[in-house]
Amino acid sequence: MRSPTASRASRIVGLAALVTTAAVVVLGGWVSPPDEVQGPLVRLIYVHPALATYCYVGFGLSALGSLAYLWPRTRSRRWDRLAGASAEVGVVFCVGTLITGSIWGRASWGVWWTWDARLTLTALLLAVFLGYLALRRSGGEPDSRAKRCAVAALLCFIVVPIDHEATSWWSTLHQGDTIGKGILIHGLQLETMLLSFVSFGLIFTWMLLHRLALETLEDRFESEGVVAAIAERRAEGRVKAPVPPASVSAPAPASPPAGTSYRGEVKP
Amino acid sequence: MDPVIRFRSAVALVGRFPVLAGVDLDVDSSEIVLLQGANGAGKTSILRACAGLLRVVAGDATVLGCDLTVDPRRVRRRVGLLGHHGALYDDLGVEDNVRFAVRAAGGSAKAVGPALDRLGLTGRLRAASVGQLSAGQRRRVALAVLVARRPALWLLDEPHAGLDAEHRDELDALIREAAAGGAAVVLASHEHDRAHAVADRVVTVTGGTAALSTAAPITGSSDRRDEVPATPASFPLSGHTHVA
Amino acid sequence: MWRDAALVAGKDLRVELRSRVTTNQVAPYAVLVLLLFGIAFDQDRPLLQQAAPGLFWIAVLLCCLLAVQRSFALEAGDGARDGLRLSGMDTGGIFVGKAAAIAVQLVGLEVLLAFGAVVLFGTDLRDPALLVVTALVATAGLAAAGTLYGVMAAGLRVRETLLPLLVMPVVAPVLLAATQAWRSALGQSTDGGWRWLGLLACFAAIYSTAGVLGFGTLLEEV
Repeated sequence: MRSPTASRASRIVGLAALVTTAAVVVLGGWVSPPDEVQGPLVRLIYVHPALATYCYVGFGLSALGSLAYLWPRTRSRRWDRLAGASAEVGVVFCVGTLITGSIWGRASWGVWWTWDARLTLTALLLAVFLGYLALRRSGGEPDSRAKRCAVAALLCFIVVPIDHEATSWWSTLHQGDTIGKGILIHGLQLETMLLSFVSFGLIFTWMLLHRLALETLEDRFESEGVVAAIAERRAEGRVKAPVPPASVSAPAPASPPAGTSYRGEVKP
Repeated sequence: MDPVIRFRSAVALVGRFPVLAGVDLDVDSSEIVLLQGANGAGKTSILRACAGLLRVVAGDATVLGCDLTVDPRRVRRRVGLLGHHGALYDDLGVEDNVRFAVRAAGGSAKAVGPALDRLGLTGRLRAASVGQLSAGQRRRVALAVLVARRPALWLLDEPHAGLDAEHRDELDALIREAAAGGAAVVLASHEHDRAHAVADRVVTVTGGTAALSTAAPITGSSDRRDEVPATPASFPLSGHTHVA
Repeated sequence: MWRDAALVAGKDLRVELRSRVTTNQVAPYAVLVLLLFGIAFDQDRPLLQQAAPGLFWIAVLLCCLLAVQRSFALEAGDGARDGLRLSGMDTGGIFVGKAAAIAVQLVGLEVLLAFGAVVLFGTDLRDPALLVVTALVATAGLAAAGTLYGVMAAGLRVRETLLPLLVMPVVAPVLLAATQAWRSALGQSTDGGWRWLGLLACFAAIYSTAGVLGFGTLLEEV
């Protein structure tokens, strides 16, 4: 059955993603040799850095979209949708980064977590953007929610350089090891890693396209309800008797748009 | 002379719900206009829209020369809204509350004392915490803020609610004084007799809409956009219309 | 803007004076948190002494959350938020006023907590200049960030649970930097505490600016 959020672009991207990922799996999983020191776990180098990179890309896009939304000249709901969608995809990649980082740490140093600068920073970022996503789900009117979330996204983002400085100073205090440091790669391993960046980029784009399409559909659902609601509201005046009785009930017309309360809470 | 309030087919949304679905309204200075209608019809919403709290998304809406569809914030300092809630801080005293509200709106603290006296908030009451007061007394505190600020447009939502007979008379006197002083007054009230006695004109609000009231009863639908000449202050109260 | 800030700060502090919520509720809570740390760490004196800066700042963060919640609970009652919007006051001024009132209360709590830390954890207060300056700058940052997120969450029904989730990750660098600065001031680390102070100053500057610019937009949104 045809997916409602699929589009020609997403199908092409999806196919490309599938092909490149398969290539990475084959090259990374079998063809390229294991590292002398780290053993088979070095294959995580084909996953972890790409995940981390696109996690930051996702958050960056979210901040850019928020900025574009708040700027009066470019204000448009599509930037708000981009901000929300890319933050969500970014969070998914962030979790992936943390999991792969943790596995790698376990393999390298025997611990599931290390207070390495990058891991800590990523964990903080995850917490910050989870808060942002929670804010997206709790708003009322679509426009005020969009503005509020845009400001929040920018605030989340400006804390990134501070976090980065802080965590890197902090970890140098303890002379921790950074994941991925000291790995010399070349030849096939390098090419596979580069290919992994391409394939994860395609996966990211595919997910983003679908999520954007979903947001657009949700927005359209909301706004189409308004026109109908206006007509119903006006009709509400007409069907009543000329002298309104004192016991007339609350504002909800016969069949209010689903999920609307007088405060304008709409479930996304 | 420019009307203080001029609405044409104004639409306002709260979320997806259209609290105002096409309002036509004209109010001049020194006029006292009564909004009447059932619960939920949109009277409070019209008042809030005039105060610049509720955003008008379609139609024309101008209050005191400020276009509400463009920037509702500019009009706020120039109007006085007496809502269901008093915008008061429970933990502060009466005088502190009024002084804060007046100074916040750019008024002078000197006007606070006389306003409190006028509303009968003297002696022990002045220092009492607002949280300890009765509903009627809180209403009088909120009124004192309006009296001290002297805005050009008074927006009163159920102003008589909670007041005893003596203070209701006092309120009516205040309203007349304000209008005589040049302010426009719009009030929403269920108090039929009392409100009719003080108002110059009545506008009926139903289903989020209101039509311009005229001298003679007219049968019109709510999407009529007739211009109506400004009505004199001593207008007979029989001239109010229903939305069909 | 500054006049409005002074007006709002004065109002908030006057409310606090009359209601005494911070002195009667948050202060005991702060001391209680320190006590609980002592219990949780099993009276391990050397450990508590070592951990004191971090524990102190965690306690401050928790108090900050309460102070912010309280500051906006004031405005939630009885249409006060509408009152603020209707007054036409400069929104940057309202932000500064509210943040200043929160900061003043926090500083008071920090004095109490520092006293508690000395008594309960046996902390030895050396290099007071760094300690005090760090505390002031960190407090400014906490108050600014807290006020900004406070207004964001204020209109929402889920504000009590949302606010901690929003604020805590964002002020984590303050916790980090302030703790490190204090550790240096207390002689527990040889790291120069003043560079952490620089970081704290950056944080405070960024969030104060963001607050002055963005508070108005956020106050408007239901």
